[in-house]
Amino acid sequence: MHLSILYDRLRWEEKALAEEANKIGLTVDLVDAKTCPLELVGDDISKIPFGDVVLERCMSHIRGLYYTAILEKEKIVINSFDVLLKTSNKLLTTLALDKARVPTPRTAAAFSLESALEQADRMGYPLVIKPVIGSWGKMIACLRDKREAEALFETREMLHEPLQQIYYLQEYVQRPPRDIRAIVIGDKLLTAIFRYQPEDDWRTNVARGGYAELASLEKEQEELILKAANAVGGGVLGVDAMESERGLLVHEINGSVEFKGASSVSTVNIPKAIAEYALEKAKK
Amino acid sequence: MKTACEVCGGEVEVPNDAIKGEIVSCPDCGTEYEVIEIKNGTASLKSAEEIGEDWGE
Repeated sequence: MHLSILYDRLRWEEKALAEEANKIGLTVDLVDAKTCPLELVGDDISKIPFGDVVLERCMSHIRGLYYTAILEKEKIVINSFDVLLKTSNKLLTTLALDKARVPTPRTAAAFSLESALEQADRMGYPLVIKPVIGSWGKMIACLRDKREAEALFETREMLHEPLQQIYYLQEYVQRPPRDIRAIVIGDKLLTAIFRYQPEDDWRTNVARGGYAELASLEKEQEELILKAANAVGGGVLGVDAMESERGLLVHEINGSVEFKGASSVSTVNIPKAIAEYALEKAKK
Repeated sequence: MKTACEVCGGEVEVPNDAIKGEIVSCPDCGTEYEVIEIKNGTASLKSAEEIGEDWGE
C-alpha cells in the first residue's frame, strides 16, 4: 500500500507520520502542494503517482481544502473535502455541532459593524470574537466592553478583507484555566489532554505557550467528543472542549490536527494510530 | 551542512538528516528557509512562506 502525505510546510507531525507509516509497511511519499499543480479536467490525477490514500496535512487551510477537492476525483483523502470545509471554518463547525445537538457556546454571526455592536449588546460582555478561518488562537480577542468592541470592529472593517467582515461572536465561557483537546480517529477517541493557558494569556493554544497534561475523561464526556467528531463527518480530528457549569461545551474541531504537544504527554503513539487508520482506509 | 543567509550573511545550519520541505532558520536574524533540495552534501534553500491568516491545524 502506498500513502502520500500532502504538505506545504514539513512539521514534526508529518515527519513522525512518515516514519510510523514506514514502520507498518506502507510506502510513503511526501508531496509538496506548493510545487505540484494538478489539471482539473480529464484524468491527469490518475497519472500522478499519488498513493492509494492521501493524508492532507497542509498548514494553509485554503490550500489543503482546494487541493483535496481535486484529489477526491480519484483518491481517498483523509480528511475529506466535506470534513475539511466544516472544520476549517468556525461558523460552519458551530452550525454542524448545533445540528447534531452537541453542546457548544452561545455564538452569533453579524455581517456589518453596526449589527455586530447590536448583537454584542444583546449577548453582553465579556465576549469573544474569532476569525471564521484561522488557528493557533490568531486574531481571537476577548472584548471586555463596548469601547473595546468598537475599536476592534472598526479595525476589522478597515482591513477590507471579506472574511474579516464576518463578526463571529461567542460568549466568554467561565471555565478552569484549561480546555480539553481530544484526538479522535474514526470512531475512536485515541487520547485527550488538558491544555493549560500560560500565565500571561487567556488562550490555551499550545502554539501560544499553553502546556499539556494527560486528561482522563468521563464516559459521558468521551461520548460527547465522539458525537462532535461525527457531527463534522469524522476522520482524524482534534476536538476542543471547555468544562463549564453547563457541562462540556465543544467549541472547535481541527481537521488537520497538530499532535506534537499531545504526543509529549500521551501514552499512545498518535502518528502510528493515524498511519494505521490510513492503511485501513486504503484497504477498503 | 552550512549555507549563507541571504538577508544577513549569517551561517544557516542544515542538519545532516534534513529532508526536502523542512524549515531551517538563521540563528542571527531569524529568517526562515525551506529546504528544497539536498544533493551531494549541499542544501538548496529558499525563503519560507510567511505565516498566513489561514494557517494552523
